[in-house]
Amino acid sequence: MSATVVLRHNKVELALHRLRDGEGRPLLHLHGLGERSPDRVPEHLEPWPGPVWALDFTGHGESTVPTGGGYYCELLMADVDAALAHLGPSTVYGRGLGAYVALLVAGARPDLVRGAILDDGPGLHGGGPEPSGVFVLPTPLPVTGPPDPYALLELGRDVRPPDYAATYARQAATLSGLDTAVVVVAVARPPWLEAVAGEPGVRVVPRAVCTEPFAAA
Amino acid sequence: MTEAVPDATEVVTYPGARPPDRRRTVVSHGVRLAVHEWGDAGAPPVVLVHGGFDFARTFDVFAPMLADAGWRVVAWDQRGHGDSDHAAMYSWEADLRDALAVIDSTTTEPVPVVGHSKGGSLMTQFAASLPHRVKALVNLDGMPHDRPMPDVPDRERTKLLAEELAGWLDFRRSTATRSRRPDTLDGLAKRRAVLNPRLPLDWLRYLVGVGARRDSDGWRWKIDPSLRLGGFGPWRPQWAMARLPSVSAPFLGVLGLQPETLGWGTPPEAVEPWLPPGGRLVVYEDLGHFVHIEDPERIASLTLEFLDAVR
Repeated sequence: MSATVVLRHNKVELALHRLRDGEGRPLLHLHGLGERSPDRVPEHLEPWPGPVWALDFTGHGESTVPTGGGYYCELLMADVDAALAHLGPSTVYGRGLGAYVALLVAGARPDLVRGAILDDGPGLHGGGPEPSGVFVLPTPLPVTGPPDPYALLELGRDVRPPDYAATYARQAATLSGLDTAVVVVAVARPPWLEAVAGEPGVRVVPRAVCTEPFAAA
Repeated sequence: MTEAVPDATEVVTYPGARPPDRRRTVVSHGVRLAVHEWGDAGAPPVVLVHGGFDFARTFDVFAPMLADAGWRVVAWDQRGHGDSDHAAMYSWEADLRDALAVIDSTTTEPVPVVGHSKGGSLMTQFAASLPHRVKALVNLDGMPHDRPMPDVPDRERTKLLAEELAGWLDFRRSTATRSRRPDTLDGLAKRRAVLNPRLPLDWLRYLVGVGARRDSDGWRWKIDPSLRLGGFGPWRPQWAMARLPSVSAPFLGVLGLQPETLGWGTPPEAVEPWLPPGGRLVVYEDLGHFVHIEDPERIASLTLEFLDAVR
């Protein structure tokens, strides 16, 4: 069964999909760059005991494709915060870009994010640890989205310094009160994720059992 | 696209302030930008770029001085600012694309640019990225440097950052329904004076007249209420400074050393090692961040002397 709630973040309408009903704390699924929410609960998230929801980021899926670009990951963090305002305390699972955003929101809302699971997916790398040498002002493809080509362009280039990412992991670990605040499933390890994996309160877990550390809490 | 500027819009006057002679609209990636021009339309162009939370008409005294010296002065309101569209999102990259759209609409030849604060930093990156489009670059107190972090324990720093992030997210939650607080014209000017303590109140009243609109319940700044001062993110000031040596156009940097909330407080020794070959740095001990507003004559004459060499 599936139902969609429309949330508002500034001038954008966000689609929040209920993939599965249930009792207890929700699991919130965040898709990768250029993706959209899945139609049903992915197999490796099946063991989650509670309800499962999935958010379409700005410019993706059924959410608004805004005019003129201007994307950065902290804005998507605020997309997720709008979903958390609706769902209450949740465990957040993210793929690729969604993994990075899940980390950000886990650090920024340690009271609302009860564990973040970081998995492989499109947009995991971003633009690397510092800006590329020459800025060439590329023009995105014509807008035919979703996904919004400005999102593909800008979120594919956003800078992710390892120490910046580690700060969010540290905040999640120290302020959430959870023994394990972040779980790393991703096999690929861009510099930001390598730094996060080495922080206290972060565990590396196989995908098949990735929800376990947070299911009982 | 050029329209005459209606005469009756000026509710407040200020000595030397002159509204633009022409106004046009440029559509950048779907966002409509208000472009203002002073001076002879056939004169060689120079592009002025305002700082964050400002708007093109903060150049109402400085721009006419350049126009009267024989330049076609072009300035635009950045997205969300002044009379330009409020966009769904704002970013440095989007502002750079908008800058290119405005310059494309002005000339295909290399053009001199003058940027203040964020506008200076933005155009430094623009000049280092598209050297064939910039003939000369004047950066007015827009050279951010790396300031040492306050000396607080890690645990305390984590808490401070967490509070900043939560505050920003709370603000984002409010943006769907947010509007700017209305006030009287004097009230808005006095609120601005808190951020601009070195600028005359009469000037700030003038800015309200051109940068705010009168609603039935009072005056409101035109700027998008979803924009907020300050911020956080992965950006490092040294990334901006590292682009400076790549600038190939003749470069003039200006620093106002009087400390201000809105400035970066950059000392000359933080800029000098990064100056591009032949670049010049001029330092004013007695001016704050808004050098061209505090002393338009001095900054205009310095700018004109520099621009004359590339004319």
